[in-house]
Amino acid sequence: MSTPVETTALTKYYGPTVAVENLNLTVRPGEVYGFLGPNGAGKTTTLRMLLGLVKPTSGRLRLLDSAPGPRYLDRVGALIEGPTFYPYLSGRDNLRVLADHAGVSRSRVPEVLATVDLTGRAGDRYATYSMGMKQRLGLAAALLKSPELLVLDEPTNGLDPAGMADMRVTVRELAADGCTVLLSSHLLAEVEQVCDRVGVINEGRLVLESTVAELRSGGTLRVRAAPFERARGHLESRLGVARVRVGDVDSAIDLHVDAAQAAEINHGLVGAGLSVSELRWREPDLEETFLRLTGGGVSAD
Amino acid sequence: MASVLTNIRAELVKQAHRPASWLLLALAGVLTLTFGYGIPYAGFTGTASGAPGADSDLASMLPEMFLGNAVGGLPVFAGALALIFGVLVAGGEYGWQTWKTVLAQRPARTTVYTAKLATLAVGTLLGVLTLCAVTATASALIAVVESQPFDWPGPLALAFGAGAGWLVAFMWASLGVVLAIALRGVALPIGLGLVWLLAVQNLLATIAAPLLDWVADAQEWLPGPNAGALAYAVGTRNTPGVSDIVEPGHATLVVVAYLLAFCVAGGWLLRRRDIA
Repeated sequence: MSTPVETTALTKYYGPTVAVENLNLTVRPGEVYGFLGPNGAGKTTTLRMLLGLVKPTSGRLRLLDSAPGPRYLDRVGALIEGPTFYPYLSGRDNLRVLADHAGVSRSRVPEVLATVDLTGRAGDRYATYSMGMKQRLGLAAALLKSPELLVLDEPTNGLDPAGMADMRVTVRELAADGCTVLLSSHLLAEVEQVCDRVGVINEGRLVLESTVAELRSGGTLRVRAAPFERARGHLESRLGVARVRVGDVDSAIDLHVDAAQAAEINHGLVGAGLSVSELRWREPDLEETFLRLTGGGVSAD
Repeated sequence: MASVLTNIRAELVKQAHRPASWLLLALAGVLTLTFGYGIPYAGFTGTASGAPGADSDLASMLPEMFLGNAVGGLPVFAGALALIFGVLVAGGEYGWQTWKTVLAQRPARTTVYTAKLATLAVGTLLGVLTLCAVTATASALIAVVESQPFDWPGPLALAFGAGAGWLVAFMWASLGVVLAIALRGVALPIGLGLVWLLAVQNLLATIAAPLLDWVADAQEWLPGPNAGALAYAVGTRNTPGVSDIVEPGHATLVVVAYLLAFCVAGGWLLRRRDIA
């Protein structure tokens, strides 16, 4: 099976400014890959390079095992930096024009309009569309070629919560149908909900690549027990100093252990005559992780 | 090839649905009629019978001369409208940021650019034929009103007139395209194009050329004077920007050379640059 996206040492300079540096990115077949980073991190420049809109300064890139060339984008659909269409044309005519540019049959137009639930307003001028309708039309345009790879740049930008939820559902449905999705976002929650794997880019460099499940592993067990110092001493002697950390709120101790050990730890504390008031498993704080990696530029919304 | 053809269809649909395209065509027709027939006819009817020039004024409005009136505006005001058309065809993609939407659909830049040039060719041909149709109609009306003979130009003259007009209009439109691509927009390319076409050319011809020999010599190689020479060869007379400064063959070659140069320059720039 072909590799949907593969970049090797991809680099782009704008004059002396580094936009993307030495980026090695691999997106696997059938996954939804979240490309996460703060505004200006290099996400859009990377996607523009992938689509041939911007020429790399150096490095290699391949989409679906094809190097840039005449048939490079044959099986790729894209929505880059928000939808842009001809305002005086209807949604339907915009898609017909793009179908002609793509060299696909115009019979695809009603199909993609139905997919994004825009058939009812397809005859209206694009200029009269709401932001949510514009995004849906953008997605419809990206689907014209029945793509195997979908590149979506901030697809929920400007959408209300319901529109964002709809877009996420649509992306997951497309992935379920076998389409690989590369989705850029600066919204942590979006990536958590939609993506299988995540790449975090900051200042043009990939600073983390992981599955969402991996990011979620490594939680902590929070304990509150009195008296505090005795409880802390008990836990350090039992688990080792390295696995015990004083929590960020009063009288809390965070333990780097498996969730399954909770009952055993509770039994030990009670057995030592300590009074346990809280014993709670805490998922890892992804927001904190990303803020640390990106210098505070990723939104948790 | 099918891809080029479907891209041409896409470009034709864009321009055919665009109100500005039709506004430009309507303006070209109205201005040509106004300066080719309306004002001259008002002057003719207001001139005392037998006054010097009255007969020649009427002759310039009759069917035999309609081609000259059809293409007479192309070296200046109708040419300016063709330039605006060219800017809109290419510059609109920057203004609406639709280059990325189009190119993400897979067509090569050269394919889309070729389609745009084909659209310009069709659009300017349609424009020139429209000007020919409205001036022919106006001249026929005047012939009827003034009881004058219907002496239409022969087929060769018709072909030469329409062809020369189309060549000039296409050249100005391609200048609009290269300005739009170079400046990545609409407003500035239109402004600079109009300054050249309506002001600088005129200043060079009327102020600089009489004073400086090298400017006078350069006039023979500039697009405007050669466009004017082609219009003169078609039959345009007493019109700003139109003169027999060079022979028709020379004018044709220079206009074709500018047309090709503008087309190549625009394509080279579009291929070379990033789509920001």
